[in-house]
Amino acid sequence: MSWIGRFTNLFRRDRLHEEIAEELASHIAEAVERGRSAGEVRKAFGNELLQRERSRDIKLVPWLDSLASDVVFGWRQLRKRPAVSTAAILSLALAIGATTAAFRLVDAVLLRTLPVAHPDRLFYLAVNYVDRDGQPDYRDDFDYPTFQKYREAVADRADLMVVGINARQDVVFGSAAEPERVYRQYISGNVFNVFSLQAALGRLIAPYDDLTTGGSPVAVLSYEYWTRRFARDPGVLGKTFRMGSDLFRIVGVAPRGFIGTEPGAVTDVFVPAMMNTEAIHSLGWSWFRIWMHPKPGFSAEQVRQLLQVFFLREHQERLKEFDSRTAKTAIKAFLNEKLLLLPAASGASDVKRQYRRPLLILAALVILVLLIACMNVGNLLAAQAAARAREMALRVSIGAGQWRLIQLVLMESTLLAAIASALGTFFASWSAPLVVSMLHVPEDPVRLVLNSGWRSLAFSVALTSLVALLFGLAPALRASGVKPISALKGGQEPPSRRRGMKALLAAQMAFCVLVQFVAGLFVASFQRLSNRPLGFSAEHVLVMDLSASQKQPLQVWMQMADQLHGTPGVQSAALAGWPLLSRNRWTEMGVRVPGKLTEGRPSYVLDVSPGFFETMRIDQIDGRDFRRGDLPPRLGASTQPLPGVGIVNEAFARVYFKGENPVGRSLWLPIAKDLSAPMQIVGYVRDAVYYDVRERVHPTMYLPMNPRQHDAFLVRTAGDPLALAPTLRSLVLKARSDFQVHTIETQSDFIRWQMLRERLLATLSLFFAIVALLLAVVGLYGLLNYLVTQQRREIGIRIALGARPTQVVRRVTTDLLAMVSFGLFLGLAGGLACGRFVESILYEVKPTDPAAAAPLLALFAAALLAVLPPAIRAVHIDPAETLRSE
Amino acid sequence: MAKTDALQGSLDLLVLKILSRRAPLHGYGIMTAIEEISGDALRVEEGSIYPALHRMEEAGLVRAKWIEKSNGRRARSYEMTARGRKQLTSEEARWTAVTSAVQRVLKLA
Repeated sequence: MSWIGRFTNLFRRDRLHEEIAEELASHIAEAVERGRSAGEVRKAFGNELLQRERSRDIKLVPWLDSLASDVVFGWRQLRKRPAVSTAAILSLALAIGATTAAFRLVDAVLLRTLPVAHPDRLFYLAVNYVDRDGQPDYRDDFDYPTFQKYREAVADRADLMVVGINARQDVVFGSAAEPERVYRQYISGNVFNVFSLQAALGRLIAPYDDLTTGGSPVAVLSYEYWTRRFARDPGVLGKTFRMGSDLFRIVGVAPRGFIGTEPGAVTDVFVPAMMNTEAIHSLGWSWFRIWMHPKPGFSAEQVRQLLQVFFLREHQERLKEFDSRTAKTAIKAFLNEKLLLLPAASGASDVKRQYRRPLLILAALVILVLLIACMNVGNLLAAQAAARAREMALRVSIGAGQWRLIQLVLMESTLLAAIASALGTFFASWSAPLVVSMLHVPEDPVRLVLNSGWRSLAFSVALTSLVALLFGLAPALRASGVKPISALKGGQEPPSRRRGMKALLAAQMAFCVLVQFVAGLFVASFQRLSNRPLGFSAEHVLVMDLSASQKQPLQVWMQMADQLHGTPGVQSAALAGWPLLSRNRWTEMGVRVPGKLTEGRPSYVLDVSPGFFETMRIDQIDGRDFRRGDLPPRLGASTQPLPGVGIVNEAFARVYFKGENPVGRSLWLPIAKDLSAPMQIVGYVRDAVYYDVRERVHPTMYLPMNPRQHDAFLVRTAGDPLALAPTLRSLVLKARSDFQVHTIETQSDFIRWQMLRERLLATLSLFFAIVALLLAVVGLYGLLNYLVTQQRREIGIRIALGARPTQVVRRVTTDLLAMVSFGLFLGLAGGLACGRFVESILYEVKPTDPAAAAPLLALFAAALLAVLPPAIRAVHIDPAETLRSE
Repeated sequence: MAKTDALQGSLDLLVLKILSRRAPLHGYGIMTAIEEISGDALRVEEGSIYPALHRMEEAGLVRAKWIEKSNGRRARSYEMTARGRKQLTSEEARWTAVTSAVQRVLKLA
């Protein structure tokens, strides 16, 4: 009887045939032995072939047959009511598509393991600390001198690896004129060995490539880049490219599928860590993560403890370098830092770190939307099942088994789910890349391998089955449990069914509110962030990142600025160490104002040229701008402190001067260990955001610029800033051949970058909220419509007996509206409970804001709207007609 | 033909009853047993015994295995399962109820 047995029969048809034949042959032989003639027995058997067929049929065909007929029947059922089916399929497709897209994103960013040996034995180092606002945080970038010390400390217990942070860099291939931009990753010589990777072509970077600083300018291309840039030309080996001041030789191609270690980035070129000649000896220049692979026999925790001891000793050592006036709290926090090992099986990247929570929240929202859609379709099918109660009853009374009916109804829902899933996959393959493109501005795109082949497929299949079961099982069980007598008599369906449908409605409303609520928070958060005053004007400002071949005095840089200023279309030009909101910062802890105790108060510092405030449109309150020849506080030639000038903002004045005008006052700025130099305040400017769009404005000092090699040019243009970019680039290169233009971006891009997460969350959650609302409204409408149809007779009688329209309407809607309100309430409670989880990524919005309840009103209004048409229909029921039709 | 017709609904019952007494038995054996015990009053057609056996096997009322016979031929022998035993009890009760009812009608009508 078992389905499995029948299914295996399907595959051993021939054996089955033989067995039956043998059994019959054995029978005939025995009959002949007992004296009957073979012919007679054969005749008694009838047509032997037919006999065999009949016996086989019993074992094999009925199930297949019924399956096939169920598919046909299910399809016909779907076609019979195109409107309902289309609505069901479309809403499911939307939900399944969104879920699939979310899965692909989550998989690509958070889940997928690296295609390397023993990914579960890979870890990366991080240091946890308490940030300025008292929140625990961690950093995972390290400098090379520290790495060398750690490597010695773990010696033969583990492999420590330099795994560089992907960065874009301009390279020139061969004798090409134009530079191309590649993503390069510095790695130590042991990385490919530890990962057990084999070159697709040539060889990989080996330990001997990574022994001396600048000693081995070799490069390995990623398979993806080799395909994209060189069309898999094997002749690429031995070719050279110039990157920075070094000429690199391509020695190999990494294996297919290995695209680096950072979800969100695809490495083009791997180069040995020791080729980062500038950074290799700089303590404090952090440019890579340290990955760790414990050797056999050692656990990760053993290695961590070893490193922790070493880390602490080193910290105490470094403490001696601290200024003697450093705040005690700062020292305590410093000594409390701990070394962590984080699992690296699925890679490590900032994208992963930054989008982990947002992606999980969006995934949760998507699942809620999917549930709402499933409930909708479930209710739809239940209503249908009620309408088909007679059909089912008839089937039961002519002997259809319970399983048979379940199979019948499940087949229908599977068909629905399968069609929706196919559509949804289309939707996902269109929408997932769209979301990825939202994660970053075009200049520096996030690159993700979204379709992971069998993983995506397996997910789709599992999701489809789950969804089919989810909305199909209840109606299937109900259909199979039908009581033929009551159904055929046309009696009332059991009230338990309607109760079930109403419970579903309440749950649906609750989920919908939850989605609305969370979406509302994100949208409000994004709005507040977008509208926050930044203190400067980013529009029309172009940021050019320039470097010279060696340190140049401010004089030289200013000449360049003057030249840019003279270009038509340029309103003003200035310099800064880096642009505002570029995620660079210089924090000064030891500012002292005579007669004022402000221990350990951090201030931001930015070095700027004359004209900076004008270019950025930061208003000057008092004092003056910098002039050429102004100097910052600094260390003289014979290590004596020399005085300088500076400009401060309002927050600075509030903290150090009780908000009074600080122009003319002096303070002490640390310039070396235990050494400060006086700084006179010559200017007082309005607050401007420095590091992060979300942070409040910190005390900020602007200092005149020192001679430097690297600078950011800020150019205010009259029109579209990017239109001027090519002109400005060639102008710079013509004026100074020893200058390099690294990037040209707009200042607005920096702001957009910083708000990407908020924009993403707001846009997508708003989309989900709208979908959820639509689905819920359709569900409500469908349910009420069904109830009115069911109660037509009763309503007709009531109207005939003189019930007024209001009574009729109240009768059909009271229950439902109660359920809706109950659902709203539940959802709101859920939203408040979840609020804590999302709070950390909100900007100045609290889940407890009364404004957060606004979506509820929208939802309630929508619910009323959905209820209206069926209610009107109920009022217009013609009693005579209804009663006649019964 | 009348004989087989009368048997139509009761073949399963007879097969199960035979198997409950003398299992395991192959198809031919079951057929002859029915005929012998009924004193040739009931004849089972070859054309109906095997489909019935296969159907009952599918339904889990009987199970079959191949056994070697003395003449070297293999025969498929059937025996009853626990479910078959249950089925037999209820079928027997039903049959008795029906026949006695028919009896009563024949007598009293």
